[in-house]
Amino acid sequence: MYNVENIRKDFPILSCSINGKPNIFLDSAASAQKPQMVIDKIVNIYTSKYSNVHRGSYYLSEAITEEYEQSRYSVQKFLNARSPQEIVFTRNATEAINLVAFSWGRRFLTKMDEVLISEAEHHANLVPWQMLRDEIGFELKIFKINDDGSFNCEEFCKNLSGKTKLVAITGMSNVLGTVFPIKDIIKSAHEVGSKVLVDGCQYVVHHPTDVQDLDCDFLAFSGHKTYGPSGIGVLFGKAELLDAMPPYQFGGDMVNVVTYQSTTFDIPPARFEAGTPAIVQAIGLGAALEYMMNIGMNEIYEHEQNLTKYMHQQIKNIPGLQEVGTAPNKGGVFSFVLEGVHPQDLAFILDKEGVAVRVGHHCAAPLVRRMGHESLARASLGLYTNKADIDAFIRAVQKAKTFF
Amino acid sequence: MEIEELIDNFEFLDNWEDKYRYIIELGEKLPLLEAEYHTDEWKVQGCQSQVWLVPHKQDGKIFFKGDSDAMIVKGLIAVVLSIYNNKSPSEIKAVAVENIFAKLGLKEHLSPSRRNGLLSMTEKIRYYAEIL
Repeated sequence: MYNVENIRKDFPILSCSINGKPNIFLDSAASAQKPQMVIDKIVNIYTSKYSNVHRGSYYLSEAITEEYEQSRYSVQKFLNARSPQEIVFTRNATEAINLVAFSWGRRFLTKMDEVLISEAEHHANLVPWQMLRDEIGFELKIFKINDDGSFNCEEFCKNLSGKTKLVAITGMSNVLGTVFPIKDIIKSAHEVGSKVLVDGCQYVVHHPTDVQDLDCDFLAFSGHKTYGPSGIGVLFGKAELLDAMPPYQFGGDMVNVVTYQSTTFDIPPARFEAGTPAIVQAIGLGAALEYMMNIGMNEIYEHEQNLTKYMHQQIKNIPGLQEVGTAPNKGGVFSFVLEGVHPQDLAFILDKEGVAVRVGHHCAAPLVRRMGHESLARASLGLYTNKADIDAFIRAVQKAKTFF
Repeated sequence: MEIEELIDNFEFLDNWEDKYRYIIELGEKLPLLEAEYHTDEWKVQGCQSQVWLVPHKQDGKIFFKGDSDAMIVKGLIAVVLSIYNNKSPSEIKAVAVENIFAKLGLKEHLSPSRRNGLLSMTEKIRYYAEIL
């Protein structure tokens, strides 16, 4: 039985007051809060185990290298990757996608090829492909979604062809909440010989993820959204793909033999982790993923789906509130506009009531405009969200309406 | 309205609700910025709402008109303009806007971490004072 009240006790920040009010944190899609065990892990590392990784033959360096590599095992387990060699630590998902674009893309894409993405991509899965297109000259195709934010199979298939070399798609939209049928998308893409990169930022936090079952070629996610530290992200890549990719950055810890004239590079994942990595953040991420797996990804999914239904019932009762993104298969991300109230004004008033929501274009400006808006307010749920949070949110929105 | 009068009025408002309602009222009374100025050329870069600012210099003094699509932001613009309007460039440069916002209890709205365009707006005002 999922006991959200017990889970909330693991997150010290949830009991802090904000502007004299209880902390109603509904911005987990931007960055999630951290459980005490992640905080403790970070403190413990700095207190008793810190030094550089992959370096000296002394106690502390061995101890921290073990922790760092253990964390890679946690990521492997979390994604059910075949081996920890398929897990590359990056700064965040943005860097993971850039790594694929500028290492795999530069090596394997030509101007005869096509890269296919959806209308619902975050800037992180749009801009790198635009930049690479400008450099290489391939065609960047963007397939349409339906007006309710759902996946349009026809539009996808129409744009997929033998020329498609990469499909880069979000697993779950950070604006619309739409969960894309990535397994089917991957299957179709593979049939035409295309690789698939999944932007898993929102997806992996809310769903059990099995990269072998999905058969995706690459998957990127950010640690700070999975209840881990900021400054750490993950690129999963199939071993044979990572093996064939050249390094993306150069320096220490990613080399094999270095002379003044030439250098050979280490095997993955070290090849892609140049310089001293975000050691403690990576270890903190491992702790966060263990925390989630301990609760159970299926259990988290069920809890959030129940809350999503509850949220739907509640927001229906607010006259003038229009939800943006109403796909049948949707996770706990609610973008909306309120008639006569600018999202920015709404956020000012919600903030005074202790309610944190995000407003603006959510780093997906073309998508927000495609849905017919300049700016949206967004409330998003996490594993610690409870009905009381949603009730407080609804009360605060109703209060905001009285101002205008 | 002069800023001194505004500070006096704010002193009577002792909770945030009244303060915000008053700010919204100030926004509603802000002189109209003609539609022709609602263009990118006059836009102040702000992340979460649109803000426009148009300067006009006459007899050594600078006058500003401003607008926003968000009501509270528009009210805050009214506050900013009551601080800066009808001043010479050197007077504009001498204004300690942070102190005034602190006095009004609105300090958070000028913080660089609040991307509501107000801080950029005060920077733009100082820029105009420099070049006009």
